[in-house]
Amino acid sequence: MHNTNNSIRTSQIVRIRTESPSVKTFTLNDKLCAKAKPGQFLMLWIPGIDEIPLSVLDAGNNLVHVSVKAVGDATMHLHNLESGATVGIRGPFGNYFTESRGKVLLIGGGTGIAPLLFLAKQLAAKTERLSFVEGAKTKEELLFVKELRGVCSEKTFVTTTEDGTAGLQCMVTTPLAELLEKERFDMIYTCGPELMVKKIFEMTEKHKLPLEASLERLMRCGIGLCGSCMIGKYRVCRDGPVFNAAQLREMQEELGVSKLGFDGSRIPF
Amino acid sequence: MAKGGAGAVVTKSVGVEPRVGYSNPTVVQAEAGLINAMGLPNPGIEVYSEEIKFSKIILRVPVIVSVFGYSGEEYAAVAKRAALAGADAVELNVSCPHVKQTGAEIGQNPKLLAEVVQMVKAAINKPLIVKLSPNVSDITVPAHAAVEAGADALTVANTLKAMTIDAETTLPILSNVRGGLSGPAIKPVALRCVYDIHEAYEDVPIIGCGGISDWRDAVEFMLAGASAVQIGTAVATDIDVFQSINKGVETYLRRKQLGSVKDIVGLAQHK
Repeated sequence: MHNTNNSIRTSQIVRIRTESPSVKTFTLNDKLCAKAKPGQFLMLWIPGIDEIPLSVLDAGNNLVHVSVKAVGDATMHLHNLESGATVGIRGPFGNYFTESRGKVLLIGGGTGIAPLLFLAKQLAAKTERLSFVEGAKTKEELLFVKELRGVCSEKTFVTTTEDGTAGLQCMVTTPLAELLEKERFDMIYTCGPELMVKKIFEMTEKHKLPLEASLERLMRCGIGLCGSCMIGKYRVCRDGPVFNAAQLREMQEELGVSKLGFDGSRIPF
Repeated sequence: MAKGGAGAVVTKSVGVEPRVGYSNPTVVQAEAGLINAMGLPNPGIEVYSEEIKFSKIILRVPVIVSVFGYSGEEYAAVAKRAALAGADAVELNVSCPHVKQTGAEIGQNPKLLAEVVQMVKAAINKPLIVKLSPNVSDITVPAHAAVEAGADALTVANTLKAMTIDAETTLPILSNVRGGLSGPAIKPVALRCVYDIHEAYEDVPIIGCGGISDWRDAVEFMLAGASAVQIGTAVATDIDVFQSINKGVETYLRRKQLGSVKDIVGLAQHK
């Protein structure tokens, strides 16, 4: 089996942009990942340090962009790199969001906004109406606000912060509840912290609405072999990372409840 | 995988204590296969016993639990717990090429291997399978040691010790530097290992393993002397590979006017 996507390609970082105090966007030259679709991910090798899964923020013209929050050893090292530094890429991996027409709603938080922005750009011209709800802890951590304003009209772009420094002071699920009462969406897409995803899933289930959620798990091989990223009977790297409502129903015992640690034991959220 | 046509499932290896394994990269693509150094991540047999019990409820096929340890006592203790939890058979991992003081370091030493097999054999009443390493000069030596010590069957073989280096960064890619090569690249080597053992010990049941990805590969291993085959790496391409192999082997048998796979086991040896 020679899987071209899975071969590591080393290349130099083309550009680094600071998005927020904790998030940077890295632009890399890679023909294969430049063809990634919204929802897909790649594995980024930081030589001598680690290799981590990253959701694609944008792709095209032989370039791929990923946004990285500095949260641990590997991501801190990545943040300390400068453009021109050599890293390795394999991918793109996993499935992607399905294209939907009519009225769609995208809702997410944190770096989960990255694949949703990619998706929003793709859907903007194809949908009847595109609504977007973005949440973050603070104003500084609200990502891609300018880009999202460009994609959505002012009316359909809602922001929330936990500390009230921008937008509404609440969680994303508060405006979601209102939107779901007011409007009948043809599709809802989400990505972000799993407890948020779980809450959104419960709400869309109550309204019997279709949902696609991109999930995150500890990942190692990225190609469906090692079992590190199992949730229920699904491999997030291969069967996901995007799951629909029917699949989410099958994994309710674990969604927002527990995840596998490096030793394969279950860690509660 | 059981739904996809597998006749039995083999777990990843479990030991006494939890192990997190190595940091990434743990799996690297090679020209015709994969090189992995996962580092035996597992939650330890205590937690794993619950998984074994659960698997016995949902699966209709036998569950073979792969075990490892750093001594005969550890192998025996884990095997005993696995059997108690419902394992239908136990497979000894004496061939992992990338963790020190276990795996291949035991399997490559016939005396140590025999001790471990004897201790496990005394601890369980379930079939005992020993998975051998191909990283030896003569695989019939550890095969003989394992069988004499009480192994009921042999899995032949595990991965070949290997590595990758990236020319641009001048660094080895795997965090553990060395790993085990699997997939089509090792098929001819594994096939020869099966042939060697079947030629020397015709009555020892062999599970062929190494680069099998379609029915023709499976048939070739049986012709060399394997009674069954294990598939790992090919699952990355197609999780339903088992079904297509089953169908392909059936068609082959019909075409050759043979009644059962038993008729082809070791057939290549009868020159």
